Amino acid sequence: MLRYVLRRFAIACLLMLFVSFVAYILLFAAGDPAVTIAGAEAKSDDIARVRELYGFDRPILIQYIDWLWGVLGGDLGTSLYFKRPVAGLLLERFAITAKLGALALTLALLVAIPLGVIAGRKPNTLIDRFALLLAVVGQAMPSFWFALLLMILFSVTFPILPASGLTSWRSYIMPVIVLGYFSTPAIMRLTRSGMISALEADYIRTARAMGLPERKVLFDYALRNAALPIVSLASAEFGFMLAGSIIVENVFAIHGAGSLAWESIARADLPTVQALVLCFSLFYVVFTMLADILNALLDPRMRAR
Amino acid sequence: MLLNVKGLSINLATQRGTLSAVQDVSFHVDKGETLCIVGESGCGKSITALSLLRLLPASARLTAETISFNDLDLLTLPEADIRPLRGNRLSMIFQDPMSALNPLHTVGRQLTDVLLAHQHVTRAKAAERACELLLKVGIPNPEERLQQYPHELSGGLRQRIVIAMALMCEPELIIADEPTTALDVTIQADLLRLLKELQQALGMGMIFITHDLGLVSRIADRIVVMYAGEVVEAGPASAIFEHPAHPYTRALLGAVPDPSHPRMEPLESIPGTVPSLLSRDKTCHFRGRCPMAQDICNNRISLQTVGADHQARCIRVGAEDSQ
Repeated sequence: MLRYVLRRFAIACLLMLFVSFVAYILLFAAGDPAVTIAGAEAKSDDIARVRELYGFDRPILIQYIDWLWGVLGGDLGTSLYFKRPVAGLLLERFAITAKLGALALTLALLVAIPLGVIAGRKPNTLIDRFALLLAVVGQAMPSFWFALLLMILFSVTFPILPASGLTSWRSYIMPVIVLGYFSTPAIMRLTRSGMISALEADYIRTARAMGLPERKVLFDYALRNAALPIVSLASAEFGFMLAGSIIVENVFAIHGAGSLAWESIARADLPTVQALVLCFSLFYVVFTMLADILNALLDPRMRAR
Repeated sequence: MLLNVKGLSINLATQRGTLSAVQDVSFHVDKGETLCIVGESGCGKSITALSLLRLLPASARLTAETISFNDLDLLTLPEADIRPLRGNRLSMIFQDPMSALNPLHTVGRQLTDVLLAHQHVTRAKAAERACELLLKVGIPNPEERLQQYPHELSGGLRQRIVIAMALMCEPELIIADEPTTALDVTIQADLLRLLKELQQALGMGMIFITHDLGLVSRIADRIVVMYAGEVVEAGPASAIFEHPAHPYTRALLGAVPDPSHPRMEPLESIPGTVPSLLSRDKTCHFRGRCPMAQDICNNRISLQTVGADHQARCIRVGAEDSQ
């Protein structure tokens, strides 16, 4: 098991190294960063001075290593727009987005798994069709539109929830529902199909033939087997949620990492965009690694590998 | 009578129509007795076994005159009362040891779960019982095995564990569905001896399902031969081995290698395949493969009495001895 974890960790580190390089190159993707920093009306010797100041005149590999060294020490550069260190800015914004994402994922799992179990246990019945309908609607509906619908209903027609900003815990309700509903269908369908195939397995027939209580058969034997792909999907969904929060945060005027990403791109605030790409990727990689480890805890066959 | 089955029929709804998997099957098992159900694959043996535990798939429709276990009517007993019987008084050994065990739980966990489902004991007590049983089924150092997962064990060990699982609660009747098919011959012999010993020690009734008549000759008290979903011959083992009355039984016996009479000619095989269960006609089902088929075989007949407690479904029964 320890070897498995260490290997996963090593893979995650390699992956992050690669991503960090891509993130760094991003700085140059939009053209000469010295020009961007100096501004559109800058004279050529101003640009040259900026280039020297920021070290853009050095070989790119040296620049990258220098930057990476800084990143490892917690220095993510300075925001061109806010004129303050990006690290502190990200910390504030990510705290909000992570909270939103975690709540939304919890909601999605709480809805999707029981629904998937019920549907998978009795496929092609009324309850299964209902669950499927919910999934299709969820997959077909764009989140921004769903967000607007909720706002009209709960902030305008029945003004019980705040439409924008983060003033109290009630402000989280609508964004979490929108973000969570986005992930529910995929998890629900995977749970359903996983349960259907698990319940057809020979070991379930054995468990039933041995007279194990149905509750135990369903949850301890079948769901545990069906859970393996769900864990992997849920971690990927968490990554999608961070991306989805870009839309949701904008609609609900929440100042999280998602809206920061949106605005920074619009402002060409390259150091901030770069740091955000790095952080989003880090989340993704860490969650994939955690999912692999969780799966290994659930499945002894994986630990042996 | 421990188990009495009369007029059991099972229909399966498939995409191509209703399939009559089992038709009017009757048999009974007494305490301490071994009944062998013999037949080719697809003849309805396994589904008959599953129906006794009421574990048929949802697409199956079961009808029967009687299925009684002791004084319980398994036909009408509600699901809530059937579950406590399964694995407890009425147990089953499945044929594929590779897939019959849950890959995510340790062997110990799966064995103790069976006992915990039926008796109020602690897990530690249940583990003791599991150890005892593993020793009985010939697994050395059971404490270590209990900690292992199915994928860490060989096929032979897993099959022993599946057997131990079925025996956790000392059932009165055990149904063994080809329990040794997946194993090599030496282990097969071991397990057979073991089952027989355990059966005698516990006084269990046993239904042993197989296509291997070589095995049957070693353990059967009585035999039911099935073909295309129906009983074609039934009777005491000695009677069937000495005077097989149905051409199918004879053909099966001809297909068994006899080690005491080494022979040069190849083993006989039965030409043709089992007819489709979707379209049953009114003729004898074996007619197409029967070497002795005549015009009169166009009419189905019921089981004919051959001798004491010995019946066969063949028009030529009775005309036999005159030949």
